[in-house]
Amino acid sequence: MKHVRYLVPMGILLILLYFLRAGLNLNPKEVPSPLIGKPAPAFALPRLDQPAQQISTADLRGQVWMLNVWASWCVACRQEHTLLVQYSKQAKVPIYGLNYKDERAAGLKWLSDFGNPYTASVSDRDGRVGIDFGVYGVPETFVIDKEGIIRYKQIGPLTPEVLRDTIEPLLKQLNG
Amino acid sequence: MIPEIGHFSLWLALGMALVLGTVPLVGAQTGRADLMALARPLSYLLFFFVALAFACLVASFIGHDFSVRYVASNSNTALPLQYRIAGVWGGHEGSLLLWVQMLAVWTVAVAAFSRHLPTPVTSRILAVMGLVAVGFLLFMLLTSNPFDRLFPAPLEGRDLNPLLQDPGMVIHPPMLYMGYVGFSVAFAFAIAALIGGTLDATWARWTRPWTTVAWMFLTIGIALGSSWAYYELGWGGWWFWDPVENASLMPWLLGTALIHSLAVTEKRNSFKSWTVLLAILAFSFSLLGTFLVRSGVLSSVHAFATDPLRGQFILAFLAVVVGGSFGLYAWRAPEVGIGKRFGLWSKESALLGNNVLLLVAALAVMLGTLYPLVLDALGMGKISVGPPYFDAVFMPLMAPTVFLMGLGPLARWKNAELPALAMRLRWAAVVAIGGAVLTGALAGQIRLVATLGLVMAYWIVGSVATDLWGRVHPQGVDWAQAPVRLRQIPRALAGMMVAHMGIAVFCIGVVMVKAYEVESDVKMSVGDSTTVRGYTFTFEGIKELQGPNYVAAQGQMRVTRDGHPVASLRPEKRIYRVQQNPMTEAAIDAGLTRDLYVSMGEQVDGGAWIVRVYVKPFIDWIWGGCLLMALGGLLAVTDRRYRRSGGVAT
Repeated sequence: MKHVRYLVPMGILLILLYFLRAGLNLNPKEVPSPLIGKPAPAFALPRLDQPAQQISTADLRGQVWMLNVWASWCVACRQEHTLLVQYSKQAKVPIYGLNYKDERAAGLKWLSDFGNPYTASVSDRDGRVGIDFGVYGVPETFVIDKEGIIRYKQIGPLTPEVLRDTIEPLLKQLNG
Repeated sequence: MIPEIGHFSLWLALGMALVLGTVPLVGAQTGRADLMALARPLSYLLFFFVALAFACLVASFIGHDFSVRYVASNSNTALPLQYRIAGVWGGHEGSLLLWVQMLAVWTVAVAAFSRHLPTPVTSRILAVMGLVAVGFLLFMLLTSNPFDRLFPAPLEGRDLNPLLQDPGMVIHPPMLYMGYVGFSVAFAFAIAALIGGTLDATWARWTRPWTTVAWMFLTIGIALGSSWAYYELGWGGWWFWDPVENASLMPWLLGTALIHSLAVTEKRNSFKSWTVLLAILAFSFSLLGTFLVRSGVLSSVHAFATDPLRGQFILAFLAVVVGGSFGLYAWRAPEVGIGKRFGLWSKESALLGNNVLLLVAALAVMLGTLYPLVLDALGMGKISVGPPYFDAVFMPLMAPTVFLMGLGPLARWKNAELPALAMRLRWAAVVAIGGAVLTGALAGQIRLVATLGLVMAYWIVGSVATDLWGRVHPQGVDWAQAPVRLRQIPRALAGMMVAHMGIAVFCIGVVMVKAYEVESDVKMSVGDSTTVRGYTFTFEGIKELQGPNYVAAQGQMRVTRDGHPVASLRPEKRIYRVQQNPMTEAAIDAGLTRDLYVSMGEQVDGGAWIVRVYVKPFIDWIWGGCLLMALGGLLAVTDRRYRRSGGVAT
């Protein structure tokens, strides 16, 4: 085996490929959110459809609920929206919308055009509540338990897989 | 309709690439001239269809066709024209199309400028490039089609990432990709040589200009990216060891090694199997870079949307291309052999030393880039490797590299006499140490690390000067002949000297900034002033501005020195309307010996602002050095011998 040294590059490549392959199944962005396990930031915001009425976190105590951050200018929200509308019809969990940095009229038009999956949406015109929740990209979705503790955070659009494999089991556990 | 034409041309391009990747190869193996003759026309057709697809995407961007998903995600009606065009490569799908477009440009260039090569060689080279195109076209069509439609079409697009709305971003990716993809040519030459079994000095002479041109583009591309980071990210840094930056640095290091190794193979018919390996590696690292950036396995400021299928596809492609090449290498390289032997003290040794150091540096960068991934894969937690690692590893590798850089050009081939070499370089050593101490003294403070860095820079200057002196005015030759002798220096040699001086200029920039920059974060209300290194910055207020697609708060900053006005700087804090992200536009007063850099932080209570002020000595030398390196490359490829042989520089 005089020529074995010519195989060295191949050996290194194989090791590298193994780790790159493993790396594909890991998510570098899955940095555990510091908010998980912490109480959801308190807010009291006007409803998008009836600005005279306010919804506050205190009103939502005692139930498991989802907070979905959306905006009419957000293309990824559009992508997630159909799924969310379908899911809301199964009525497994109340979904509240946080209409993030959006115009009221544009938000309402969006809901009437594409369907409204939300129990109610609140208007976060200047994005302050979004900042409290650590939102850095829209859409984001939070699952909040009966005691008002954040149990799960999804960055980016929901997918059928996430709903089925992560969120549903979590809801069962929290409600059970 | 236009998007459909684009989509269809991509499929046609794939067809062309498939035929190009197989038929001429079979022709070369069986000696059938009719099959080999297909290589050129197929290359032109491949280029035509890819360019047509590219034009279609550009047209969709210019015409605001938001029914195309990719356009809707990366453009907006308020986006100015130049950024709509740059938006074509602002996201994943379009970047890939740009990649393939560049590959097609290189393929066509090889087809057009390689008429002096034997037909089987050209056919193999073009076929290998065709196979690479097959991989990327399939990747695009199966997982990342830029022409996917979105129904119903949104009325408005999501806008291009504001970070990318910058003149530097219009040209940085094309330059970088030209370089990245350009190494595919050297790769194709290497594979063709391994298949054909003829690997000699002629092969190296054919490969050299292509490698140098690709390396030039890569150098400029990296420099542009770095200067973009400098003024657009607002942190005043110019290199962050970000995975995406590393992905471009690794092929650059290997390309540099390859250029030098090719020189040895051409002149001395030595280093043969080593040169081939480097040619394969340089392109493999380009592919690895593409994988790292496009698969999302690493988090980075350049993060792109991730889709596991994409990562798997490109990893499989990487495995096939690199694995196949290494397999071919293990099979054929033993026959090629090393080539001629050489003494311990010789130009060959210096170049081999540099080659090894550059390869080790590239591997060290790779290790640092992939280490977080490896740890995560082994379940050992999530970490990030930052500048401390890279600085600690990279600098000690570069110091001996630079030392050899001074030695190599003056050492003789095969066997150099050490005492004579030392005698010739004694003045260079004096210049190095004297210059470094003097510079430190002028800067006001002599520091150990800075001095070491400067010694490296001046060592190169001294060595290039010694080399030039020896050629222009050798002992026993009259001074009157010097101008003639200067003009007689071949361009290839002049190119090497200029590129090496570029490294020196670059080193000076890096060392001076690292050692002597001054940074100050201050809270300023209107009328406040702060003094940094003798420059007084006075905050005169804030103006509201309306850009085409953003609103900005523009700070008004007057700079004086000893009461004399120096500059007036206008840093901005912009909010882009669509994505609502705040962006910092630093204001810079650039100068040969220093930059004044001001960027706006946050507004705090009472109308005051946090303002970041830097005085950065010699920072523009960093990019000036890169330009010199690229210029050196340009000089080298315009050398007469390439023109005489009807080579690329026609």
